[in-house]
Amino acid sequence: MSFFSVRNVTKNYAAHKALDNVSIEVPPQSIFGLLGPNGAGKTTLIRIINQIIAPDEGELFFENDKLAAHHVHQIGYLPEERGLYKKMKVGEQALYLARLKGVSKSDAQKKLRYWFEKFDIKPWWNKKVEELSKGMQQKVQFIVTIIHEPRLLIFDEPFSGFDPINVNLLKDEILTLRRNGATIIFSTHNMASVEELCDDITLINNSKKILDGRVSDIKNAHKTNTFSISFNDFENDLRTVLPADFNLISQQAKDELQIARIQIPPAATANHLLKVLMPHVSVHALNEIIPTMNEIFINTVNQKQSTSKLNDYE
Amino acid sequence: MIMNKIILIIKREYLTRVQKKSFVVMTILGPILMAALFIVPVVLSQMSDEVKKVQILDETGWFLDRFENSDRYVFEHIFTDLETAKANISGSETYALVYIPRPEVSVPSSGIIFSNSQVSLDLKSHIRNVMAKEVENQKLGAEIVKEIRKVNPTLSEAEADSLEKSNLVTEEILKNIKTNITLTSIQLGDSGSEAKSYTEVSMGVGMFAGILIYFFIFLFGSQVMRGVIEEKVSRIVEVIVSSVKPFQLMMGKIIGVALVGLTQFMLWVVLTLAIVTIFQTVMPDKVNPQQATEIYNQETSRIPSQANTAALQTMESNETGMTRMLEALQSINYTTMIFSFLFYFIGGYLLYGAMFAAIGAAVDNETDTQQFMLPITVPLILAIVMAQFVINNPDGPIAFWFSMIPFTSPVIMMVRIPFGVPLWQIGLSMIILTVSFIAAVWLAGRIYRTGILMYGKKVSWGEMWKWLFYKG
Repeated sequence: MSFFSVRNVTKNYAAHKALDNVSIEVPPQSIFGLLGPNGAGKTTLIRIINQIIAPDEGELFFENDKLAAHHVHQIGYLPEERGLYKKMKVGEQALYLARLKGVSKSDAQKKLRYWFEKFDIKPWWNKKVEELSKGMQQKVQFIVTIIHEPRLLIFDEPFSGFDPINVNLLKDEILTLRRNGATIIFSTHNMASVEELCDDITLINNSKKILDGRVSDIKNAHKTNTFSISFNDFENDLRTVLPADFNLISQQAKDELQIARIQIPPAATANHLLKVLMPHVSVHALNEIIPTMNEIFINTVNQKQSTSKLNDYE
Repeated sequence: MIMNKIILIIKREYLTRVQKKSFVVMTILGPILMAALFIVPVVLSQMSDEVKKVQILDETGWFLDRFENSDRYVFEHIFTDLETAKANISGSETYALVYIPRPEVSVPSSGIIFSNSQVSLDLKSHIRNVMAKEVENQKLGAEIVKEIRKVNPTLSEAEADSLEKSNLVTEEILKNIKTNITLTSIQLGDSGSEAKSYTEVSMGVGMFAGILIYFFIFLFGSQVMRGVIEEKVSRIVEVIVSSVKPFQLMMGKIIGVALVGLTQFMLWVVLTLAIVTIFQTVMPDKVNPQQATEIYNQETSRIPSQANTAALQTMESNETGMTRMLEALQSINYTTMIFSFLFYFIGGYLLYGAMFAAIGAAVDNETDTQQFMLPITVPLILAIVMAQFVINNPDGPIAFWFSMIPFTSPVIMMVRIPFGVPLWQIGLSMIILTVSFIAAVWLAGRIYRTGILMYGKKVSWGEMWKWLFYKG
């Protein structure tokens, strides 16, 4: 059962279609990656989830309830284009934003004090936002996103503007939030963090969903049965010993070792490959090349673009 | 919940602006300028140490020896007909001629001042006071006699005179005897022709109110616009609209800024009064003519009874120096004036403020606002330009139509009201303005909610037109 569902959502702007019949299912207590190139329609979808704009068609469900105005108190949103009132004092502003999310004044004060201490920005409470460094502003922004303890969190490029130390701090917080029961929608171009954090993803391109599923499943599905093998005691071209349906992608010498990438037929396994090679070479290491999310992203998007150029109706 | 959020937004918009240095500076500078507006002419008019000769042509005979010479004015009673008197003072040394016509039925309540040059407010209020004083005294005498007769109808005149009268004076009587004297001033031209100048006060007040409305709409309307741009540029708007509806954010801002404007206005009024009052206390001989106190001393000595001191005090406090100044403007209905000022300020501000908000939402920075500002500034400036015509013909068709068109009515109607405007016209104009600002707020809301989320795009009029029809 999904915690949050988007069903057949379409949104048109005057000149173009921002979303075309997009559906996503976000499982409870998961980290859900919402991926796609710039201008694919991610921000539109996120705004629709936040009820900032309304879809032309389609429905959204929050725990099986139709998404309604009162749900905004259960959603925390960290937009990609983020900002604070520059001339307003940090604490005052955090309090204001928390109260707009329906947190009572005393409650908000208590929680803000806790988070400000945790994030080491307590001394800045009475400073104006413009006096803060970018990183500190981001921390304040993160705090106001989660201060009302939302059950659904939407982070749009949450790590931009953070140094590596604070990125780790943030990752830990995100994981803690999930452990404590929150469901997280996470939009980013940083594929390394997708692999690290996300359980499921949806890839949107040109306003359509082109890929979705569990990260592990997607990666398995995108395996090409390609192996990387390092060996020595064999100086010739490997093709001389490989069967015809085994495809040598590359072979190069590195120090005293040779490294080759070989794609084998779908029916074959690593054992087959070893059996073929062992009589000729001494194997040092063999491992399957699993595509990174980065490669999957680029390949899928490029594929779709070239096919959609051929069939415009696709 | 929704109301709570709007109130939160209003509170923020209000507090951040009221705490700004520029607000504090404006609040202090405004009253100083306005007080100067009141004080400087009074001081200037009394600077001349020359004693002015004023002739009194009193057809009623009530005020024969009531005008006492002071260090500024010498009064002289003349007994000719009006035409001769007018001819005599035309071009002569005499400063002014006060003509008090005999009333047909009741007590004298009006006078006309003929003069070669503009008559000073000081002289006007002096004459008005002396006349009012005398008429009130006569009325009081009559009332007291009536009271005595009521109690004891058989009492003889002499016996009635010897009675202790003070305890007969009730608050009601004091209210009844209150008399308003209407003074009209007419300036005589060199050729002896008359130019009525009694409208000058209405003109001044009307123009002042019109300009004030214009100024407030511009000042606070553009504050709304800047606020919207600030939210858009700093990108905080996206965070906020994930908590509240864009319309709530827009309304919260518009209302918050309106309250700042009203606060500023109230502070200006209060501080201006305070400054004028302080000035009068520090230099009473300059601004507060002594006659005022003398007159009241007389009155208190005549009616020394304990019971009536309270009533007298209220009368007295109503008649402090400032009010005496304003008394010169008494032909204007101030309740209407203040009520309509507030209404037209709020109505005009909402109408223009909504448009300012829509523009702020459509652009990315303040420099881009130029092309959209024009359609807003033109009607406002037109209103101020038309005000010059309207003021000379406050009941003409131009005045009528421009006080109906909602874009100009706040300024033009304020200019007209001191001259007296039929109630149905005020009502109609207010209804039109109300309908218009509701429509403007609604339309602006639609442009606003699309505009605030649109970055890095030069927006055209056509684009804004399309935004009106976007869904949700």
